[in-house]
Amino acid sequence: MLCVPFLKLDAALSSAYMARLLHLGGSVPDTWDVIVIGGGHAGCEAAAAAARFGARTLLLTHKVETIGEMSCNPAIGGLGKGHLVREIDALDGLMGRLADESGIQFRLLNRSKGPAVRGPRAQIDRALYRAAMQREVLNHANLDVIAAAVEDLILEDGHVAGVTGADGQAFRASAVVLTTGTFLKGVIHRGEERTPAGRVGEAPAIGLSDRLYGSGFKMGRLKTGTPARLVASSIAWDGLEMQPGDDPPSPFSFMTGSIDRPQVQCGVTYTNAETHRIIAERLSESAVYGGRATGRGPRYCPSIEDKVVRFADKSSHQIFLEPEGLTDDTVYPNGVSTSVSAETQDLFLRTIPGLENVVVRRYGYAIEYDYVDPRELSPTLEAKRLPGLYLAGQINGTTGYEEAAAQGLVAGLNAARAAGGSAPAVFARDEAYIGVLIDDLVTRGVTEPYRMFTSRAEFRLTLRADNADQRLTRRGMDLGIVGPARQDAFTAKETALAAARTRARALSLTPQEAQRAGLKINADGRRRDLIQLLNHKGVSFDLLAGIWPEIATWAPEVREQVTIDATYDGYLARQAADVEAFRRDEDLRLPADLDYAAVGSLSNEVREKLTAVRPLTIGQAARVEGVSPGAITALLGHVRRSIAA
Amino acid sequence: MTDTIFAPATAAGRAAVAVVRISGPDTQRVLKALARRLPAPRVAGLRRLAHAGATLDEALVLWFPGPGSYTGEDAAEFHLHGGPAVVDAVIEALSAAGLRLAEPGEFTRRAFEHGRLDLAQAEAVADLIDAETKAQSAQALAQLGGALTKRYDAWRGALIEALAQLEAAIDFPDEELPEDVASGALAPLERLRRELAAALGDADRGRRIREGYRVAIIGAPNAGKSTLLNALAGRDAAIVTPIAGTTRDVIEVPLILAGYKILLADMAGLRDTADVVEAEGVRRARAWAEDADLRLWVVDASRSDGEWRHAADLVRPGDLLVLNKSDLPPGADAAAVEGSERLAISLSDPAGAQPARAWLEARLIRDLAAAEFPAATRLRHGQHLVEALGHVDRALVGLATHHEAELAAEDVRLAARSLARVTGAIDAEQILDRVFSSFCIGK
Repeated sequence: MLCVPFLKLDAALSSAYMARLLHLGGSVPDTWDVIVIGGGHAGCEAAAAAARFGARTLLLTHKVETIGEMSCNPAIGGLGKGHLVREIDALDGLMGRLADESGIQFRLLNRSKGPAVRGPRAQIDRALYRAAMQREVLNHANLDVIAAAVEDLILEDGHVAGVTGADGQAFRASAVVLTTGTFLKGVIHRGEERTPAGRVGEAPAIGLSDRLYGSGFKMGRLKTGTPARLVASSIAWDGLEMQPGDDPPSPFSFMTGSIDRPQVQCGVTYTNAETHRIIAERLSESAVYGGRATGRGPRYCPSIEDKVVRFADKSSHQIFLEPEGLTDDTVYPNGVSTSVSAETQDLFLRTIPGLENVVVRRYGYAIEYDYVDPRELSPTLEAKRLPGLYLAGQINGTTGYEEAAAQGLVAGLNAARAAGGSAPAVFARDEAYIGVLIDDLVTRGVTEPYRMFTSRAEFRLTLRADNADQRLTRRGMDLGIVGPARQDAFTAKETALAAARTRARALSLTPQEAQRAGLKINADGRRRDLIQLLNHKGVSFDLLAGIWPEIATWAPEVREQVTIDATYDGYLARQAADVEAFRRDEDLRLPADLDYAAVGSLSNEVREKLTAVRPLTIGQAARVEGVSPGAITALLGHVRRSIAA
Repeated sequence: MTDTIFAPATAAGRAAVAVVRISGPDTQRVLKALARRLPAPRVAGLRRLAHAGATLDEALVLWFPGPGSYTGEDAAEFHLHGGPAVVDAVIEALSAAGLRLAEPGEFTRRAFEHGRLDLAQAEAVADLIDAETKAQSAQALAQLGGALTKRYDAWRGALIEALAQLEAAIDFPDEELPEDVASGALAPLERLRRELAAALGDADRGRRIREGYRVAIIGAPNAGKSTLLNALAGRDAAIVTPIAGTTRDVIEVPLILAGYKILLADMAGLRDTADVVEAEGVRRARAWAEDADLRLWVVDASRSDGEWRHAADLVRPGDLLVLNKSDLPPGADAAAVEGSERLAISLSDPAGAQPARAWLEARLIRDLAAAEFPAATRLRHGQHLVEALGHVDRALVGLATHHEAELAAEDVRLAARSLARVTGAIDAEQILDRVFSSFCIGK
């Protein structure tokens, strides 16, 4: 949900100046194809994608011990976010598999709604996840990991050619992926306290941030917050409502057979009038209401102060008490992020049922930071001002592990492809939530920490969590980032599914035949195939298996897909037509060197916006905020005239 | 670079004043070249226009700096003396200065491209220029002022409200939302359905005002159709003889009645015939009558031959049965024929058509005058309304029967898109080509 600091508040930092070289048998190279800076969710996925592609990749991080850290809430997935995880998995990324390995409570959100809007989510054991991620990246083919602070970028002829470490050492590469989270001018607020987030040990990051500011990148300021962390044994669980996970759990990864780890429950409790009274009285302590923080916070994730002020008529707010791990006795109280003083946090928390004697392990806070306006990036996430530099994750104004990881994958893949001289790989809005995410970022920019929702996807019925593999795995194979095990599994499923779909359209009944078989179908003389029959209320797959025994042998995942085809029959056909119309605009490419000043009939405002974004296609241009249909007509006319000329 | 365009804004030929318009980045340069000094913005200034050493005219010059001009670009007008030689000389001078003669509709197209007008407003400009009646110009002016856009925006607001409910239910299942938040979409959608259905009932009104209200005069041969047409038109538009089957083709006469434009059509009498030419005339008559907004069914009240039956199937509720020759002794037909609205007249009397004219005027006012701006002034508007209503219906059925929020949301989005096609908020390409290819305005 909330997601902050990639940096830890109170962890003692190791000596970042001591470069620690791992898994480099023998001689130490100083040149790679791709360097990834940062070992968070974006960084790990970027490094792994580049390495899968076959690029010699280096991951540079402050501290190997914090690779794969979940610095915010201990959960992965949800609506839109779960879709992203499934897509990362379909492209053979890490997040889905590792979440399955370390998940301790799985829930498929919206189980009662249609398949397009079901979102897998899991509570994650943070220690297990971190360990699994470190195991992956420290043992990955083509991937070196070095603990070092990065001081600056190396530029040659205006192109990024590597980075220098704090001790002056040069790490050279033809592409660099920067995934450094909220390190730009970060300020932490708690009560009256303000702490600069870039502290002693991270001083070298100043050089890197100077480089970004000095290169003229447009920046914005955002804010987000986190709740206090609680000691589990100080919570009176007995009286609380408990929420179990699904049984059996549904995994994220297409490669996971079953989830075998013991599962836990989350607690549910509520704030009350007394909680709200304390917060209201001490509102001025909060960073926002005290006027000390100016960055924009997420509307979808307000602090408890915001909730008390903006929803004054609500007498209570729900809180999920989420265990951070099987062996960790820390609890994450989801729903009460705050930046009031430690004293006030103790006071208001103890008014909440179950938390009467709660002990706080770490107090909540708000953090403000600068982000790079993602309109500075092309859809490959390469910086337009600094070719060879790719940005991914929170630095682009997003929030959430899943959004970060998805960008990391795209940035790492494109960095590797550029280094190897391959064509860029861009996912479109009709292909993947990953495409929606990146198109939204680079076309429209952000005004609050960007989070994925299913409502952002105009082709929502097509972009489902269940068919992420059918949408993307073949594409990932063509792009060179899907390993052999997944290729085999996917090809087998693809073949079985294609055969089943063909049969499903071939098996059909007349209304009379259907009625004889006990199905309630209108006697309209229309012959219906299996998909159409299945689309009728009250006609189940099992019922049809009684008529056609051969379909009973279909594998569960094949059966599921055919059933979903039936659920959305008609809608999917229409959406396919929409996709085609969308494609026509996306296929109308705009010249990379288009001079918007030379396009007649554009207002200055529109001209500036288009020049800033430099859309690749007419479709993308139309999505730039404030660009009217009239402006698009002018643009089309101009491009056609230039082509004709 | 955009070029600078010009065009005469007034009709060709001798006149007191002729106006030539200019728009584009070179406007200022050309103004200075021809008139030497720019007048103050938006204030007429008298200037001597000269080119290549010769005086072209003594003219009023208006200077409209962009982006506040009609097109959004720098623009100007010359109000010249209206002689063809003067206008030609100015046009020659402008061409020599590197300006290009505008394509039909190009000034308005530029206004649209600059975001000065939306699609419906651009259509309204065309309508305003073509307007012949007060009702037409009033409608076009209201549309230009955004009356149509405003109605659609209100509906889009309802769709957004409904979507918000549905999307909340979908994207935030773990939040403390009201029970069954998706059903919150029902009220705005039902309200919208009512309004769209009412607007559709009214959808023909805007088109009828804009294109003219189509009135077909039908009936058996020699019932007096052509006589009625001539009497209403006030002139001999159709040939009248005692010979049955004189009128072969459809004769359309535009008229203005009660301030509205109507297209009155006389046509072949309807009967079975072996004559190939007459049979074609009957076919055309039937087709025109089918599409008409109103049919005047003329029956010769003095006859008893039952020939009237050939037209009976075309008649719809609300049409007028005109019993002609009521001055003669009634035949059996007068009693046999059925029509909800009937009017007995005698066209042998010079003032005999007056009751028919009065009836028509009343009908026009009933059908075309209404306080609310029509939701559709062109055929394509009505088509998108029908689409939108279909999507809204489907969303409502889905919500009521299966509670499938994601499918209802899909339907609502489609409805929003259908409505947006009218005012041009999204989906540029296809509609634009069609709209601009039918444009002939701005000069």
